[in-house]
Amino acid sequence: MLDIKDILAGNQNAGAGMIRLVEDRDPLAHELLKRLYPHAGRAFIIGITGSPGVGKSSLIDGLIAEFRGLNKRVAVIACDPSSPVTGGAILGDRLRMQRHAADEGVFIRSMASRGEKGGLSRAAKDAVLVLDAMGYPIIIIETAGAGQTEVDVADIAHSVGIVTIPGTGDGIQAIKAGILETGDVFIVNKSDRPDSEAAVFELNMMLGLRPPSKDVWKPLVLQTQALDGTGVRELARVFLSHFDFLRQEGRLEKKQIKMESRYFQSLVRDLALEKIMAALETSKGYQDAFKKIRLRGTDPVTAAESVMDTIRVLNNDTKYHC
Amino acid sequence: METKSKIRILIAKPGLDGHDKGAKVVALALRDAGMEVIYSGLHQTLDQIIQSAVQESVDVIGLSIMSGAHLPICQKLMAMMREKGLAHAKLTVGGVIPHQDIPKLKEIGVAAVFPGGTSFEDIINGINRLFE
Repeated sequence: MLDIKDILAGNQNAGAGMIRLVEDRDPLAHELLKRLYPHAGRAFIIGITGSPGVGKSSLIDGLIAEFRGLNKRVAVIACDPSSPVTGGAILGDRLRMQRHAADEGVFIRSMASRGEKGGLSRAAKDAVLVLDAMGYPIIIIETAGAGQTEVDVADIAHSVGIVTIPGTGDGIQAIKAGILETGDVFIVNKSDRPDSEAAVFELNMMLGLRPPSKDVWKPLVLQTQALDGTGVRELARVFLSHFDFLRQEGRLEKKQIKMESRYFQSLVRDLALEKIMAALETSKGYQDAFKKIRLRGTDPVTAAESVMDTIRVLNNDTKYHC
Repeated sequence: METKSKIRILIAKPGLDGHDKGAKVVALALRDAGMEVIYSGLHQTLDQIIQSAVQESVDVIGLSIMSGAHLPICQKLMAMMREKGLAHAKLTVGGVIPHQDIPKLKEIGVAAVFPGGTSFEDIINGINRLFE
C-alpha cells in the first residue's frame, strides 16, 4: 500500500508506484495527488525538446552527469509516443542514460503518451508533481518528437531547451514554425558535423529579432556533441544561470503564476469538454441533427451550430441538460 | 476517470554477451501486442536492472540471456527483487536456455521461460497469462 510519507521521503518504490497510478488513471491517484500538491513547487524543471534523433536523450545523459557532479539529485521523465494502432510503445530513451541507472541520486522514468494528443500527457505533468514532492531539486522532461507539443512543455518547465542538428534546413524550419518563442536555450547538437556554424548563425539571427528587455531572458545558442560531452557542461551551467535569473526580481513567481493559470485553464477546458460532450452525445438534439446530416437535409456546420444553440438556451438556467 | 492499465515490461540483457537482435525483435513484438516495453539495452548489471525495474514500475522483467549463466543470474535477481520491493513483478527469461534447465528456473521463481525458437505468439500469450 502506498504511503504518502514514503513518497515525501523520496522512496523510489513509492514514487514509482505513485507515477504508475497516475498514468493508469487509477482513482486513488487523484486522492494522493491532492495530498502531495502542498509539498511540491520547489524543483527547477527543465524541458528538452526537438525532432527525433537529434540527441535529446544523450544530452540529458550528459546533463545528469553534470548535475550529479554538483551533488544535485536529478529526476527525468522521458516521453515517447504510444502506437495509435495497438496502444503499445517502445520506451527507449532510458537506453542512453543507463549508466546512471544504479545511482541512487537519479530517478529516470519513461512514459508513453497513451493516446493523448501531443508528446506530453497530463500524466507527465502529474509525474513531475510526484518527483517534485519526492524532493528532486532538478527535474528534466524529455518530450517525444517535435510539433505543436513544444508549447505544452513550456507550460510545465521553467526552462526549455530546444535541440536541433546542423545541416537540416528542415530542423530550423521546424523551429521557425512557431516554437522560437518558447525556447530559453537553443542547442545545436552533433556540432562536429558540417554547417554547424551556419545553424548557430541562423538561430542567432532569428532570435535577434526579439526586442531586448532586461526583464526577459535573452535566449542563448550553444553547440554540443552529446556523445563525447563537448559543450554539455556549458549547457548545464546555462540552465542553472537561467534558473538564477528567474529567481531574481520575482520573475519565477510571475512565471509560476502563468504556468499554473494555463494548466488550470487546460484542466477546466478538458473537464468541461468531457462533461458537455457526455451530455450532448446522448441528447435528442444531437441525434436528430446527425440524422439530418446523413439524409443530406442539412450541412454539418449548420447542424453543429444548432446543437450548440440547445446548450446556449439552457445555459440561461445555468444548467447543462440538453 | 477511466482506468487504463497496460502491461509494462523491462527488456534487459545482463552480462557480457553482445547480441541484442533477439531482444529488440521481441521488444517490437510485445509493443505490437499493446505492451509498454522499456528497452534498457546491452551489458546491464543486476543493480541497473533492479533499479530500472523499480523506477519504471514494471510488471515484468524480461531477460535475454545467451551466455549460459541463466541459473545463477536468475537466482541472484530473484533474491534482489524480493529485497528491493519488487516481489509483485514477474521474471521471465529468453535466449539460449537448455530445456532441462526450465524446471530449475521455475523452481527458482522464474514465471515463464521462452527458449530460442519460441514463437512471438507463445511469448505474448505466456506473458498475458501471468496477469489473468
